[in-house]
Amino acid sequence: MLFRFLLIFLILIPFKSHSLIEVDITRGNLSPLPVAVSPLSTDSKSRDIFEKILKKKDIGFEISKIVENNLRQSGLFNPLNKDAFLQKPNIAHLKPRFEDWALIKAQALITGKVIAVDGKLRVEFRLWDILAGKEMMALTFTTVPTNWRRVGHIITDKVYKRLTGEKGYFDTRIIYVAEEGPKIKRIKKLAIMDQDGFNNKYLTLGNELVLTPRFSPTNQMVTYLSYFRNLPRVYLLDIETGIQEVVGDFPGMTFAPRFSPDGKKIIMSFAKDGNSDIYTMDLENRIVEKITNHPSIDTSPSYSPDGKFICFNSDRSGYQQIYVMKSDGSKVKRISFGRGLYGTPVWSPRGDLIAFTKLHKGKFYIGVMRADGTGERLLTENFYQEAPSWSPNGRVLIFYRETKTNSKGEGFSAKLWSIDLTGYNERLVETKTDASDPSWSSLLSN
Amino acid sequence: MMLNKIFKNLLIVVLAGMFLTACATQKKVGTGVSDVYTGTDTVKQLASGVPDRVFFATNDTVLTTASRETLRKQAAWLRKNSSINVVLEGHADERGTREYNLALGERRANSAKDYLMTYGISSNRISVISYGKERPVDSASTPLAWSKNRRSVTVKAN
Repeated sequence: MLFRFLLIFLILIPFKSHSLIEVDITRGNLSPLPVAVSPLSTDSKSRDIFEKILKKKDIGFEISKIVENNLRQSGLFNPLNKDAFLQKPNIAHLKPRFEDWALIKAQALITGKVIAVDGKLRVEFRLWDILAGKEMMALTFTTVPTNWRRVGHIITDKVYKRLTGEKGYFDTRIIYVAEEGPKIKRIKKLAIMDQDGFNNKYLTLGNELVLTPRFSPTNQMVTYLSYFRNLPRVYLLDIETGIQEVVGDFPGMTFAPRFSPDGKKIIMSFAKDGNSDIYTMDLENRIVEKITNHPSIDTSPSYSPDGKFICFNSDRSGYQQIYVMKSDGSKVKRISFGRGLYGTPVWSPRGDLIAFTKLHKGKFYIGVMRADGTGERLLTENFYQEAPSWSPNGRVLIFYRETKTNSKGEGFSAKLWSIDLTGYNERLVETKTDASDPSWSSLLSN
Repeated sequence: MMLNKIFKNLLIVVLAGMFLTACATQKKVGTGVSDVYTGTDTVKQLASGVPDRVFFATNDTVLTTASRETLRKQAAWLRKNSSINVVLEGHADERGTREYNLALGERRANSAKDYLMTYGISSNRISVISYGKERPVDSASTPLAWSKNRRSVTVKAN
C-alpha cells in the first residue's frame, strides 16, 4: 500500500514540481481544493501570556480555525478534519512529512507558529504544496494580541492570493442595518462586524430609522441615511470616533449615498417637489454639484472604480432601468434592455461589471452585466432580494433577502446572503438579528 | 375661411393630443391602474367625512378620481381650519428596491400636495416626507396588502 502510494507520489512530482497548485476562480468550483490547516504551534510561555490577555486556551489553534472557516466559506477550498493530522504542528511547521499529508489527500498545507514578543503577537506561517513537496510561501508579521482574529484573516488573504492569483477579501468588515420588531414598526440600527460575523457592534441605538450604510473605499468613514428628527438626510459617520454630520444643506430628502472611489466625494439623490436628481458633494470644499437634471426619478448612483463614469437607476423610459453617464453628467446612455425592471446598479471594483437587482414577473434577481449592458447574467432568484455589494476583490456579492409573509403578515425575516460571481456558493451570512443593506469594506491591510 | 382653416388645424391638434393622451393612459392601464386600493380598511378620518389617505397603482403616482375627491375634501377641511398644518407621508409597497421606493414615496406625497395646492392650500402649510417601503400598514405579502401600503397619508402636523 505504502509502496503503491509512494509510486504515485514519485510519478506526480515531475509534473507538479514546475507548476505549483493553482485554484481557478473564474468558473464555479465544484471540487474545492483539499487543504490541511495545521494548528499554529506555540511555546508554553507564549501560550500562558496569550491565555492571560485573550482568555483563549490555545491561540494557535483558534487562529487556525479562523483560517479554516474562511477557506471553507470561500467555496474554493475544502479544509480537512484536524483529527486526521499525523504530524505535530511544531514539527510540521519546520519540515512537513509530505507523504503523511498526501495520505489524508491534502494538496496544500498551512503551518505556523505564534509567539509572544514584548507583549506583542508575532506570527509566522508557511504554505506548502504537498504533491510538489515544496514551500510556496513563508511570512512573518507582528501585531497587538487583541488583533488575533485579524491575524487569521490576513493569513487567509495571503494564502488565497498565492493560490488563486487574486487579492483576498477576508481582512474586511461589513456594515449593515440590524433589524428587530414587527414589520410595520421595524427598529433599525447601524451595525458593523468582521466579514465572518465576529466582533459585531451596534453604531446607533435604534431611536431613528437608518438605511443604506456604505463604506468609504479609502478610510473608516461610512455614509448612510438617517431619519434623525424625522428629516431623512444623508449622514457621514466616522466609525473610529463616532462623530457624525449631515452631508450638505439640502431643503428636502437626500438619500442613496455612496462614496467616490477616492473617498473625497459623496454622490447621492436629492428629492424635491416629486423629483429626484443625482448630486455630488465634495467633502473637502463642500461644493455641491448637480449631476442629473431630469423630471424622472434618478437614484442609486455608483461610480466606476476609475471615477470617470457613474451608473444609476432612472425611470425616464417609463420604468426603472440602469443608465451610465460620464461623471460630469454628460453622455447618458441606457444599458439595461432585458425584460423586467432594473435597480441598484453597483460598479465592480474591477471595473468590468455592474451588479444589479432585477424584478421580473414577481421575482427578484441579483445579476451582473458588463458596463456596456451586454452579457447579462442572473445569479440568484428569490421572492425578494436586492442591494448587492461587492467584495473588494470583485469575486463575491453580499445582498439581503426578505421572506414572504402569510396572509396574516407572519413569517417575516430579513437576512444577509453572499454568492460568488460565478453563481455558485450561495451562503447565509449569519447575524445576531435580522439584517439588511450590507456594504463591504475595502481590505483593511494589504 | 382663413379662420376656419386655423380652427380646423387646431381641432386636429386637439384631437391628436387627445389621442396621444389616450395612448399614455392606456399604457398606464397596462401597469395596473386596476390594483389601486378602493376599500376603507386602514383609512382614518381627519375630521368627520374627511378620509386621511389616498392610494396608488403599482409603480404609479397618478391620482385616481376617488383620490382627487378625498383630497378635495381635505382641501375644504384645511381651508376651514386655517391654523392646521399637515405632513403628507408618501409610502411604497415592499415590491421595489429600497432607494427607488424612497423616491417613489416622495413623488406620491408630492402629487397629493400639488392637488391640495390647486385647491388653494398654501405650500407653507404642507410638508412632505417619504418613508419608501419602511412603514407598511399591512405586513402581509399579498397584492391586497401591497395596495393598502401604496399610499399618501395626510397627518396633522400641529
